[in-house]
Order: sequence, then C-alpha cells, then structure tokens
Amino acid sequence: MPLPVLATIGAKTTQAADAFGQFWGFAWQMLRWLFAGIPRWKNWQLVMPQFFEVGNRTLPVILITGLFVGMVLAVQSYDQLAEAGFEKRMGVLVNLTLVTELGPVLAGVMLAGRVGGALTAELGTMNVTEQIDALRVMGADPIRHLVVPRFLACLLLTPLLTFFCDVVGALAGWFIAVMLKDVPNGPYWYYVRDAIETWDVMVGFIKSVAFGGAIGLIACYKGFHCRAGAEGVGRACTESFVASFIAILVIDFFMTTFFQGLYKALYGFKSLIS
Amino acid sequence: MVVSSTNPSSEDTSPETILELHQVHKRFGPLKVLCGIDLDLCKGQTTVIIGESGAGKSVILKHIVGLLRPDTGTVRFHGERIDNLSERRFAALRMRFGFLFQMGALFDSLTVAENIAFPIVEHSRAKRAAVERIVASKLRMVGLDGIQQKHPAELSGGQRKRVALARAIARDPEVILYDEPTTGLDPVRSDVINELIRKLQRELDVTSIVVTHDMTSAYKVADRIVMIYQGRFIFDGTVEQIKETTDPRVREFVEGRASEDVLRSLHEIEV
Repeated sequence: MPLPVLATIGAKTTQAADAFGQFWGFAWQMLRWLFAGIPRWKNWQLVMPQFFEVGNRTLPVILITGLFVGMVLAVQSYDQLAEAGFEKRMGVLVNLTLVTELGPVLAGVMLAGRVGGALTAELGTMNVTEQIDALRVMGADPIRHLVVPRFLACLLLTPLLTFFCDVVGALAGWFIAVMLKDVPNGPYWYYVRDAIETWDVMVGFIKSVAFGGAIGLIACYKGFHCRAGAEGVGRACTESFVASFIAILVIDFFMTTFFQGLYKALYGFKSLIS
Repeated sequence: MVVSSTNPSSEDTSPETILELHQVHKRFGPLKVLCGIDLDLCKGQTTVIIGESGAGKSVILKHIVGLLRPDTGTVRFHGERIDNLSERRFAALRMRFGFLFQMGALFDSLTVAENIAFPIVEHSRAKRAAVERIVASKLRMVGLDGIQQKHPAELSGGQRKRVALARAIARDPEVILYDEPTTGLDPVRSDVINELIRKLQRELDVTSIVVTHDMTSAYKVADRIVMIYQGRFIFDGTVEQIKETTDPRVREFVEGRASEDVLRSLHEIEV
C-alpha cells in the first residue's frame, strides 16, 4: 500500500478517535453537572423553557406521525390478514408494532429532525457569536447552563411524546379496522388486550428514554463543536440529524435484542398466532 | 528586532504588575500564532495591542481569561500562576475580569436587563431590587438607561457594544479586556466607545487591555501600545514613541500602507 494512502488512513483514524474521545468527555461533563444540579431549584428553572420548546412545539408533528402510521399499518395489513382469516387480530399487529417499535422510533426520528436540528442551530449560533465564551468568561459553566436543561428536556419528554404517538396511532388503526373495514369492535380489542403486555409498553418507553437522551446529547455536542460561519452551523445541523438517526437505529437494534432475550429468559417464548 | 514587552519597573514582580505572560507559545495545527510572547501589565494602565488581522491579538486576550491555554509558557495574575488552573478554579477567578467581545456576545434570548444582571445573579444572592439598581447604574454609566426591557436584536451595533460593556463591568472587575471594541462602528460611535474606555479607567481605576487595529482608537485610549507581528512583539512604547518609530513594519501598519512587496504582487496578477 502506498505511503500517502497509509498516512491518510492514519490521519482519519486519529481524527475519528479524537472526536469519539471528545464526545464521551462532553457526555461525562454533562452527567457530572446533571447529578450535581438536581437538588438545586435554580437549575430546574432553566429546564422549564426547554420543556416548552421540546414538548409543546413537537406535539403536533408527533400526533400527525402517529395518526398516519396507525392508518397505514391497518390499511397494509388488512387484506393479508383477512385472506388468512385473521382480521380480528389486526389490532395486535397494529398496536404491538406501534408500542414496541414504530411509536418510539418515529417519535425519536421526528424529535431528532424537529428539536435536534433546532438545538444544534441554536447552540452553534451561540458558539460562533462567542456567546458560549461569554458564559465562561462570566464564570458560568456552559454545560450546566445550556446542555443539561436541553438534555433533560429531551430525556424526559420523549417517552411522553411517544405515549401520544402510540395512543393516536392505536385510535387511527382502530378507526380504519372497525369503522371502515368492518372488523368487529369487541374481538379487535380482546386480542389486543390478550397479546400486548405491560412488558411491551415498558420496553417501548425505555427505548424512547434512550433515544431522547441520545438526541439531546448529540444535538448539543454538534452545536458546541460546530465550525465558524453559516456553513459551519448548517453542516453541524445536518450532521446532528444524521448522527441522531443512526444512533436511534443502532440503539433500537441492541435494545430490542437485549429485551427479547431477557423476556425469553424470564417468561419463555410468546406466540401471537396461537 | 523582537521586543520583550516587560515594564522595566516590574522586573521583580513588584505589586504594580498585575498580569504577566512569560514565553507564551500557541499553535493551532500547523499554524504558529504566538512564538514566545512576554508581556507585563501594570495596574490602572491601558495597554493597546495592535497588529494585522489574524496576528494573534485576540488569542492573547483569550489566554489571559483561560479560554485558551498556552502550549508552553506561563500566565500569572497578581504573581500567581493561572494558566494551569482547573476549569472550576478558573471560573472563580474570571469574576475579576470583564470581557467585551468583538460582536458583543449578548444573549439573544435575554433582555438587556437580564444580560447585564446575568453575572450578578449567577454569583450572588442579591435581591431583585438591588440587582435592578445595579443594572440601571451600569446602563447610566454607558449612557443607555431606560432600555432595560429591549432585546439585543432591537439595538443598533453601537448600543449593543455599550450594553455588552455594561455587562462586562457589572461586577466591578479589576481588569477589562476589550476585543476590537470599535470594529463595525461608524467614527462617531467609535469615539463614544473610546470615551467610555477612558471614562471607565478614570472612574473605576481598572486595568484595561484593548485589542484593535483602529489606530484612531489606539491613540485615544492607550497609555502604552504594543504591536504583535508574526507571533512576536516588535514594538512596545507610548503613543508619542509609536508616532516617531522608524521600524518600517510598524510604520506601514500605523499609516495603513501596504508594503512594496504586497503591492508588487498585486500588480503582477493578471485580470
């Protein structure tokens, strides 16, 4: 292999390792301030405006997402299930998919797009206009002031937004199945109640907490480390969304595998067909 | 000739010397910005650092408040080494400094009053009424009382700089650092800022360090001028001395004249 190619690979590897180390250093500092700041009311006052930004402003997008995903799942599955005579179990497919997978993942993706990008743009602009340096010069820690409140808002509100996504999706699926496709209402809910356990709901919420934390941390990190100028901020926003999206998919895979294994170990295999 | 900017009277760290930079080196990747800077600053004095854009003037200011740390060399404040302090210990020390950023760096989401109150609320348990009184007095000092409820976006460039200055002096600092305070302002507004720098030095007896490439401003506010060139100081003296210097590099800068080499290279470019 020619020497310049090796040098390029070496430089890229060093850069990647450096960025990886910087990210976890940033995460460690954030966790230190998070635990140190929990007992102080002053810190919670910084979180309230972020709850509004993350929760209130994302809710409409999440509701629309849940509505259409629920309807699409019902429309897609009805013909196949009806052909096999399983249309009364449609609710199981729609609701289980929503609660364990699509609810948390799509709420996370919408949050990464709607909130993650905005957080990166806001912090990135603060960075390039020296507002973050101004905080440090005034003896205030920017991680405590800017990162911890945004991280907490993402962490705590993603499960709540996921809940709304699940509920709207479930109602939309029910509307298509029962009101438009004439699936009987009683058996529809009977199979849902029979198949979906507290475990499934909890797994969905635990996933959404992890997604929220990842989105908040990645968005703030990218904002704090963006390059100067409008192009730097724009690029940081794109990188923030892409990194959050990939993180959601990777976390989803590992958590699904882990919880599935744990369920089997605790309760054995659960069949939805029998 | 390379000048070591050390006050002759402060060779043995006399009480007069408040800040000392010794053999400070800094590089960003392959770019060497500071190549062994020595600078002593005396209490109550206004020192102006001049130099071309990108010469490392702002980098010196950022070393003083710990926003950047030297690769090698030391920074001392009142004789105590500060460049190796942890971020937490430096945070406490920074309260003794005021910093006026080039673009003001006011927090967009806060009002003028909240911006100025920020360093006070952050580090004290002062009552709301007391904080409001301090905010009003600092705004009066910069000639802007009555705009407390406005947001930075509603202010002109000059007003924003003055509000940023009010915030920088909110906790009565010992040292005020000005990073290009007149950049982007018209000559009249620039003169207002220059007058304010003089006024604050007189009334608060602060030590000031002004980074600028505006020579009108430098002549107006400086007790002492140092010039940085290619990472080293090449001039250290008073306003009168810089006006009489024969060093061609300093003369070109203070007269705003491009060097013969630069002009020749421009003429060689085919359009």
